[in-house]
Amino acid sequence: MKPIIRVDNLGKQYQIGARAAGYMTLRESLVGAVRAPLQRLRAGRSVPETVWALRGVGFEVMPGEVVGVIGRNGAGKSTLLKVLSRITEPTEGYAHLYGRVASLLEVGTGFHSELTGRENIFLNGAILGMARREIQRKFDEIVAFAEVDRFIDTPVKRYSSGMYLRLAFAVAAHLEPEILVVDEVLAVGDAEFQKKCLSKMDDVYKAGRTILFVSHNMNAIEQLCSCALLLDKGRIQHFSTDIRHVIKEHLFGNDENELGLSEWINDDKQFENPWFKPLRFFIADKDGNRSRMPASNDGEIWFQAEGVIEQGDPALTVGYAIYAEDGHLLYWSYQSDEAPDQWPKLRPGRCVLRSRIPPRLLNEGLYRIEMIGSLSHRKWLFAPGVDAPSIFLTIQGGLSESPLWMVKRPGILAPVLPWSATDESGKPL
Amino acid sequence: MDKVQSLPTPAGRSELPDKPLIAIEPSRSWVALNLSDLWAYRELLGFLTWRDIKVKYKQTALGAAWAILQPLLTTLVFTLFLGRMAGLDQKNSGLPYPLFVYAGTLPWTFFQNAISNSGNSLVGNANLITKVYFPRMIIPGSAVAAGLVDLAVGSVILAGMMAWYGVAPSWNLLLLPVFVLLLTMFALAVGMWMSALNVQYRDIRYALPFLIQLWMFATPAIYNPPSNVPAAWQGLLRLNPLTGIIGGMRSSLLGSRYAWDWPAIGAAAALTAVSLVYSAYTFRRLERSFADVV
Repeated sequence: MKPIIRVDNLGKQYQIGARAAGYMTLRESLVGAVRAPLQRLRAGRSVPETVWALRGVGFEVMPGEVVGVIGRNGAGKSTLLKVLSRITEPTEGYAHLYGRVASLLEVGTGFHSELTGRENIFLNGAILGMARREIQRKFDEIVAFAEVDRFIDTPVKRYSSGMYLRLAFAVAAHLEPEILVVDEVLAVGDAEFQKKCLSKMDDVYKAGRTILFVSHNMNAIEQLCSCALLLDKGRIQHFSTDIRHVIKEHLFGNDENELGLSEWINDDKQFENPWFKPLRFFIADKDGNRSRMPASNDGEIWFQAEGVIEQGDPALTVGYAIYAEDGHLLYWSYQSDEAPDQWPKLRPGRCVLRSRIPPRLLNEGLYRIEMIGSLSHRKWLFAPGVDAPSIFLTIQGGLSESPLWMVKRPGILAPVLPWSATDESGKPL
Repeated sequence: MDKVQSLPTPAGRSELPDKPLIAIEPSRSWVALNLSDLWAYRELLGFLTWRDIKVKYKQTALGAAWAILQPLLTTLVFTLFLGRMAGLDQKNSGLPYPLFVYAGTLPWTFFQNAISNSGNSLVGNANLITKVYFPRMIIPGSAVAAGLVDLAVGSVILAGMMAWYGVAPSWNLLLLPVFVLLLTMFALAVGMWMSALNVQYRDIRYALPFLIQLWMFATPAIYNPPSNVPAAWQGLLRLNPLTGIIGGMRSSLLGSRYAWDWPAIGAAAALTAVSLVYSAYTFRRLERSFADVV
């Protein structure tokens, strides 16, 4: 099979510094023109400040593939999409597209608030490259998808933001190019709308179209894409059908510690004390090996701490505090939380404490875990929020088995809870 | 890759073309005008023109009446001040002065609105330029085209005035479309050039109204060049394409009562063609950086 997109050595250079502000005034450029030769004389050679937003990018995409483009901010994702959708010209290299392309870098491009929904459908459709007859044919379908039939002849400035988005996406969703280039359009709107967009994207994918799709929503990438392209500083870091692997590399880099430590090791003799001197702690799998991040929410996620006890104390509490990404404390957990006869037996020497973080309790995301310890009501050994060492836990995927729960939900927790149904008298159905 | 190969191919198309449909590469220094692309997007030109017209008169109390009021009021002002007070109406080939002035202010108003709207059009449509591809010429093009509707509406009044003053059209009228075309093309050339420069240099926005004002005095829209301008200046005045175009429009509208100024018309046609080509190439050259700069 021949590729539908062939990109080779693609590069895009931007000028920064003096021209970073974009346009300039005539005076500036006249003054610049006069000054430039003088400066060249003085400095010998003037070096314009430039930055490569994209460099040496080459890849091929087969028809029907859905490529998820991921990378941090400034990695060149948007520049790549802009070059491929012909909005900006590359500085070097080429991209050959063997099909009609439509780009969706923003929902509702060209919408005019004074025009009615009907008028905007035609205008926006034309801007996105649809022919008038094509829009006419799909008009009813678009209106139905957007659920705005009653307001179709109302100016869109009177629309709620939700209606506006739905209408805008509805037009875009009915594009039928061979290649679709989509930027982070799913980042807008509420969860309901995102779900609708995702399932529509899934339809497009099933229709066999080739899609390039930028998103920060790793779940969406994982579900929709057949391969993933990781950009870093304008270059391709990884391009593979092993999407999980590419996502991992994106979130944690090759060096697992890049985002934050996933293991803490006491290498400079901190927390010297006879009751429990911590040696290290980390997130472990069920066998006690360090887990690779991100961890799947349905997997075995264990907090594991190693320490040395010289002098036993019945008031010793060791455990962890877990914080959400925004800093909210979720809970504390100690080895001494249950009835005393259930406590793990501790004796002087080296010991390993383990506790499983309940599966499908936390939501997808990044968490910070502090190891905390004290002699209960007497003294902190390593106090939460003060000097307790911390590591990071990233949970990604494995949210639920339900086909209706595909993306990250709002909320700090995302427990999967059992439900039941009965008839009016309370008898099971 | 097995995951990929099991996917269905896009419906209705089994083979990919041998040559790329779209080749994206750095453009060479000599830019092609790419007129076929422009043709492919002609519907968008229509839609954007329609949008400009639609939006222009939304939320105005008088609506499209403004298309008539603008040249009509200008005519009224000039008739009162220049005609009566400065006595210009004595010097214009025996035509009723209001008719003479209206036949000049109508195309001038079109020209002035066209270059002012299209000059600011690219900057005003920055959101489109940075988000979606289409030949950028469509933007200043639609701004000029939107003005044609006003011109057509204003022409109805002109016809009424001709009937009122008893000036019958002659066979000369057949040449009118040529001058409308010339006027539109020249407005496009200037507007397109201004719009491209405006992206790079925002000074244009401030310079444009001033330029329009100066240009109006250099254009025989309200006066009649041969009778009012010293002989030495007449040649210079003919280098203003609007002299030939507006004069030609008068001649074709008002028949034998306004003589053809063929040297001016020839100069106008030549200058329009040259400036249109120059403007189009300049536009294409600057177009590359629009999305990065705007």
